[in-house]
Amino acid sequence: MRSEQGQDGIVIEVEDLSVRYGENVVLNDVSLEVYRGEILIVAGASGCGKSTLLRHMIGLAVPSGGRVRINSIDITTAPEETMRRVRRGIGMLFQSSGLLGSMTLAENVALPLSEFTDLPGTVIDLIVRMKLSLVGLEGYEEYLPAELSGGMKKRAGIARAMALDPQILFLDEPFSGLDPVTSAELELLVKEINRGMGTTMVIVSHELEAIFNVARRIVMLDKGKKGIIAQGDPRVLKEQSPDALVRRFFNREIEERERF
Amino acid sequence: MTRLSLSGHVTLENLKPMMAEVESLFEGTRPGKLTIDLQALQYVDSAGALFLVRMQEEAAKRSIPVEIAHMPPRVRSVIELLDRRAIAAPPGPDKGGSAGVIEDIGMASASFLDDIARSITFGGSLISEVVLSILHPSTVRWKDVLQYMKKVGVDGLPILGLISFLLGLIIAFMSSLQLKQFGANLYVASLVAIAMVRELGPIITAILVAGRSGSAFAAEIGTMKVNEEIDALVTMGFNPMRFLAIPKVFASLIVVPLLTFFSDLFAILGGMVVGVFGLNLTIHTYAVQTSWALEVFDITSGVVKSCVFAVLIAGIGCQRGFQVRGGAEAVGNATTSAVVSALFLIIVADSTFAIILNYVR
Repeated sequence: MRSEQGQDGIVIEVEDLSVRYGENVVLNDVSLEVYRGEILIVAGASGCGKSTLLRHMIGLAVPSGGRVRINSIDITTAPEETMRRVRRGIGMLFQSSGLLGSMTLAENVALPLSEFTDLPGTVIDLIVRMKLSLVGLEGYEEYLPAELSGGMKKRAGIARAMALDPQILFLDEPFSGLDPVTSAELELLVKEINRGMGTTMVIVSHELEAIFNVARRIVMLDKGKKGIIAQGDPRVLKEQSPDALVRRFFNREIEERERF
Repeated sequence: MTRLSLSGHVTLENLKPMMAEVESLFEGTRPGKLTIDLQALQYVDSAGALFLVRMQEEAAKRSIPVEIAHMPPRVRSVIELLDRRAIAAPPGPDKGGSAGVIEDIGMASASFLDDIARSITFGGSLISEVVLSILHPSTVRWKDVLQYMKKVGVDGLPILGLISFLLGLIIAFMSSLQLKQFGANLYVASLVAIAMVRELGPIITAILVAGRSGSAFAAEIGTMKVNEEIDALVTMGFNPMRFLAIPKVFASLIVVPLLTFFSDLFAILGGMVVGVFGLNLTIHTYAVQTSWALEVFDITSGVVKSCVFAVLIAGIGCQRGFQVRGGAEAVGNATTSAVVSALFLIIVADSTFAIILNYVR
């Protein structure tokens, strides 16, 4: 796989991850690897556990079983101090952007910089302007998140996630709920960041167009099987997957209903 | 063979009598074959389509073959919308349903114990963070502390001042009616001062802060939880307790004793109005009598009490906010719970203080 990917190593390793809420099994023995510099899309139908997998990959939830390693550090058992160090190497865009509503865009982007670096205010301001211009939001420094459109919030979320130049960027449904142009702009931005900065990206999405435009490799989850049913190049999977569920997903085929 | 002809409209409005008709049809007779003729049927909605499906199912249960004749295309298009497998499938688990009184009592008890355990855990973490912040003051977000001091203190002062002033006025007026009979007008000042400084000042302030600010803390943090803002903070490497709870606790800790002081002052002023205009006392006499009645211990105990109340209000408000799971309703519940729990704990703490201070004095 490593030679196929052309990358030089595993940055995230999920091993036999299981997530249960009481009797309800969401994920069962999920294992996957993410390679340095790649864009991996976690795809699947709504409710199949994509966001749950992502939350466990960044250590926001404790799994019922299994391990998640980021740069060989087991984050399921790591102490809080180690976790904080690991988290400084990752950025995350939440589905609802997760921008702090009481702060302006500039303050949101500056937050990790002022907290985790000893840079002077003038340099931080400069970096903030640079990050906001990177996502096309120059001039919006003093806007509050509530004053922005959905697409702008997502771009601002990416700017904040990129504030400390993380090695890995996680994006939860970045393309959903956007108009085609904004979605295309965001896809381009994701590819540019990946290409330009070498950032490894793990994206949760069920938008077919985005999957084909952005992903080099996808991991597909299924609600019924509670785990991964396919992984690989989405173009190949669409045409050649032996699994009917995978083909149905890519070809937008609906399940046959028992008619009257 | 039985032939059943349907005509006119089969819709939600006439579904109930038609269903009853079908049941009586199958109860009364057992036809060898059932033919449903839809030739004269003008209109069906989805409820009408469901009626036809139910007819088929009831017949199938009794092993009666069914034939549907002359189905108009418009009726067919409605019927084809139905997914027969989904209709026949058993309903999903009832999450909100009750499994009986015993289980309900068990669940409520488990939830209560769980709540206590979580509150103790949160209290422990909060205390350790407060101690760490005192040892490392540079880690505290002082800008936020100032902002919350304004919200809790400055913004709350007018209403607190008004309530305390009126409370002092009422206590003085009511007590003067009795004390006048004994010629003890002067002791109105002592009564107001002791009652307010020892008991009512800290309690009134705490109740007001719990209602105004404790609920606001819960709502703010709860909304941040719903909007994934707290998850974002954790992902960025921030400790949400230190980022969100500590500024609120510190602001309350600084401001609530000050508010208590102002509450006492306004109540004494209220009492003074009654003393001066109703009891013919001079301002000087009233002030001297007030200072004579109060001891340093009373003022100190009031300050200590208000500090404890401040931590309770801010701590409970933050804890309830962090507990939010779900949407707007959960935020509302957390807000209510923050106020109710804070009031309960304030009364418990005040009772404990009453006993302890009785022995310490």
